[in-house]
Amino acid sequence: MLKKRIIPKLQLKARRIGGKTRLVLVTSIKFSEYIEIGDAVSQAKIYQSQAADELIFVDIDASLDDKVNLLVDVIRSAAEEIFMPFCVGGGVKTIDDFRALLLNGADKVSINTSAVDNPDFINEASGMFGAQCVVLSIDFKKSRDGNYRVWTNCGTKETSLDPVEWSVEGEKRGAGEILLTSIDRDGTRSGLDIETVKRVVDSVSIPVIASGGCGLASHFAEGFTKGRADAVSAGTYFSFKDENLMQVRSQVKNAGVPIRLHL
Amino acid sequence: MKMATIGIVDYGMGNILSVKNAFEYCGAGVEVCSSPENLKVVEKLVLPGVGAFGDCIKNIKERGFKDALDEEVIKKKTPILGICLGMQVMAKKGYENGENEGLGWFDAEVVRIEPADKKLRIPHVGWNDLDFREDCFLFRGMPEHIDAYFVHSYYMKCVNKSDIAASFDYSGSFTAAVMKGNIIATQFHPEKSQDYGRKMLENFIAWNPKSA
Repeated sequence: MLKKRIIPKLQLKARRIGGKTRLVLVTSIKFSEYIEIGDAVSQAKIYQSQAADELIFVDIDASLDDKVNLLVDVIRSAAEEIFMPFCVGGGVKTIDDFRALLLNGADKVSINTSAVDNPDFINEASGMFGAQCVVLSIDFKKSRDGNYRVWTNCGTKETSLDPVEWSVEGEKRGAGEILLTSIDRDGTRSGLDIETVKRVVDSVSIPVIASGGCGLASHFAEGFTKGRADAVSAGTYFSFKDENLMQVRSQVKNAGVPIRLHL
Repeated sequence: MKMATIGIVDYGMGNILSVKNAFEYCGAGVEVCSSPENLKVVEKLVLPGVGAFGDCIKNIKERGFKDALDEEVIKKKTPILGICLGMQVMAKKGYENGENEGLGWFDAEVVRIEPADKKLRIPHVGWNDLDFREDCFLFRGMPEHIDAYFVHSYYMKCVNKSDIAASFDYSGSFTAAVMKGNIIATQFHPEKSQDYGRKMLENFIAWNPKSA
């Protein structure tokens, strides 16, 4: 049986350190308050030792300028240390960016702003590398009018797209997976937006990764049992050492969800 | 003269770095073979692959690897491990984005996964357990239930069930690994399957089909 997945998310942000720009690991709250918490590769090794099912690396402000090269450097070092699947995204704009990340160890690449700006990019990437490599990352937020909208450029730019409709179009264009993140819930530890997760899961036939808001181990279980997501991803939750994958895994297992218990 | 232990066939499509790192971690010498001549100097071959079937076989042919691979694998019986698309392309035919001929080493066709339960999602992404043949060297030393990492929409449908070394369940039984003589290939990614995957790579490094 295919297992449900628990996916730590490593969010990266550029910092000037000793005259050089490097990507450091951060956590975020509602895509706006950022706290630097360390080094991505060391953290990835910890997640590997805890048998995380996959990892997501995302350069969260790369869509604001061109920094795919910095991301490639991080991925290349990570690939020397971890032997597990990972998805990489942030500022991926061209087929060459896509290829560079795959060649340096990524199994999947997520695209967000570039897909909204140019939806044909989804078709191109899928045709070139296969649907299974193309993860459509969708950040969404509730608007003042009560409707949900897709936001791009790391949650700074509102679009007219509805997250459910955009998921459906993404699948038609060849995306192989949806990474669905609630900006309102990001870093708040108040639980996933189960309603929206469920609406997307019911509308597409590709796997859906639910993200944004996990603060308790039971929130992961809810993502699977109520949201029927194929995977749940969290950044903030796993960044603090008193909470970890082992706890989440036993909670999810106890809720009756099929999951990998250990290596 | 054979120099390096493992030669990774680099035909321009594949997660070469992950495969190289994983074999090096297991202590093997690795040579990335970017031209067909390189295949002659290694003891064992790995055919990785990410992408679509048609592009894969096209690249293999255009870079002159098809004849070189036939020479090494079929004639000289050099052991080879195919991974993911590198496994699929060993079939006679593939149906991803049109019909294409493969290397033809297995009497098989590569078709889209169609689970009986239509609610199941495609691509098949994540960890699924393997139902493997206990006499297959790749799974030597493994417990009864192991999970491996898959990420694919197509699979190899074999004519000869005896070629199947492992299968996975996804509302129906699908090929997870095939083996014939000196050829072993996996639909899942051993290089990404954590400890058990690494054990499989070690089993491949230690494999000697000529003496078996």
